[in-house]
Amino acid sequence: MAQQTTALHRTLTLVKKDLVLELRQKYAFYGVLLYIISTVFVINMMMGHPEEQIWNAQFWVVQLFVSVNAIAKSFMQESRGRLLYFYSLVHPRSFIAAKLLYNILLMAIMSIIALVSCLIFLGNPIINVWYFVGVVMLGGVSLSLLFTMLAAIAAQANQNAALMAIMGFPIMMPLLMLLANIARSAFVPVFQPGLPNMFLLLAGMDVLIVGLAMILFPFLWKD
Amino acid sequence: MISDKTCRFAPNIDDKKMAKHWWKALAVLLLLFTLIAGFLVKIPAIENNEQSTRNLFFHVPMWISMYTLFTISVVNSVLYLTKYDLKKDILASSAANVGVLFGVMGFTTGSVWATYTWGSTLTNDPKQIATAVALLIYMAYLVLRLSIHDIDKRARVSAIYNIFAFAMLIPLTYIIPRMVDSLHPGSASSPGFRSQDTDGTLMMVFYPAFTGWTLLGVWIYTLRVRYKRLELKNIFK
Repeated sequence: MAQQTTALHRTLTLVKKDLVLELRQKYAFYGVLLYIISTVFVINMMMGHPEEQIWNAQFWVVQLFVSVNAIAKSFMQESRGRLLYFYSLVHPRSFIAAKLLYNILLMAIMSIIALVSCLIFLGNPIINVWYFVGVVMLGGVSLSLLFTMLAAIAAQANQNAALMAIMGFPIMMPLLMLLANIARSAFVPVFQPGLPNMFLLLAGMDVLIVGLAMILFPFLWKD
Repeated sequence: MISDKTCRFAPNIDDKKMAKHWWKALAVLLLLFTLIAGFLVKIPAIENNEQSTRNLFFHVPMWISMYTLFTISVVNSVLYLTKYDLKKDILASSAANVGVLFGVMGFTTGSVWATYTWGSTLTNDPKQIATAVALLIYMAYLVLRLSIHDIDKRARVSAIYNIFAFAMLIPLTYIIPRMVDSLHPGSASSPGFRSQDTDGTLMMVFYPAFTGWTLLGVWIYTLRVRYKRLELKNIFK
């Protein structure tokens, strides 16, 4: 019991450390903010206010690139020496759990920003707003979990950002298809028979990714 | 007479050694049978499939072979992570390589078949999309291996990604296609081949076919393992 509380405590401390670092530097935040706004603005210049299906597709593509950019930084900003220092202090499981939590937080904020800027620049075809916000949050969580694990692997391969795209894009394809399908109900009053199943599948995928990350990350760190 | 004494390149034929390779002979025999019987046997007419039903002997066995090889690969990756034995890494990577080859062949045979039965080479069929994605994931595994130069690090990182890839392969190719409608025979409105196979001729060729193709896959895999071990023989000594 005591050990469990200390593990939790350590994880939370690491999350706090990442948050404080981010609040001081504000690098990731403003970097990604600029990224979102310029992307959405370019879409606006090209197609104005698209209709709902294209709006949906555009939004999820923006989400994808935002998550790649925001989360790739989470391991790249740690220098080799600092990683070694963490390794001597905490169990790798606490470390990856902290990264997962921090990235979920970061991605939740980024998702809201992406949603708001899409609404401003691309118009609002959404009927069921709260449903869509929920799906966006779920999508943000799923994408951040997946890319955290992949960023950890890519960090081992000489911090290669291109590698993250190669590894990540095939894996995130089914995820994104699933999310875009689930989100359809927010635009048109349509009955989708497989909807509960799709939610279950999404949750199953998240559990799978978290489980694999927890089991495999300690091996990744043995350097 | 060529023997060990007269020539140092003489084949070393040993009855006991040959006895270990019986399954390779079996693979050749089964594949010969598949090729001959597969094109000659009388098959039942199933809806609009006509003669393209024969693809059953070539398309489906590729997937069974691919699954076998990917399973070998992931088992060896797990074993590598427990012992850090580089030989296991060679086994894992070779199996994944040959598995991708069989996956590509399965995809190609399926696409050619789809061109004539569904009317399009690439369709929206969930099975086709999901397997394409699964193959891309495994190709990413091969690219990941190329990008790391340190042998031990490559083995460790790629073993972890391999487990990840296998964990995605099962839902992608096994669970999702069963949850949604597919154009494939045997799902939704199109009838399966097995129920139409009243004479049992399809299954008579199908079982030898998938055994033969799987054995061929394992054979290519053992050859690749031997080649890779020779490449790295300085490390293993």
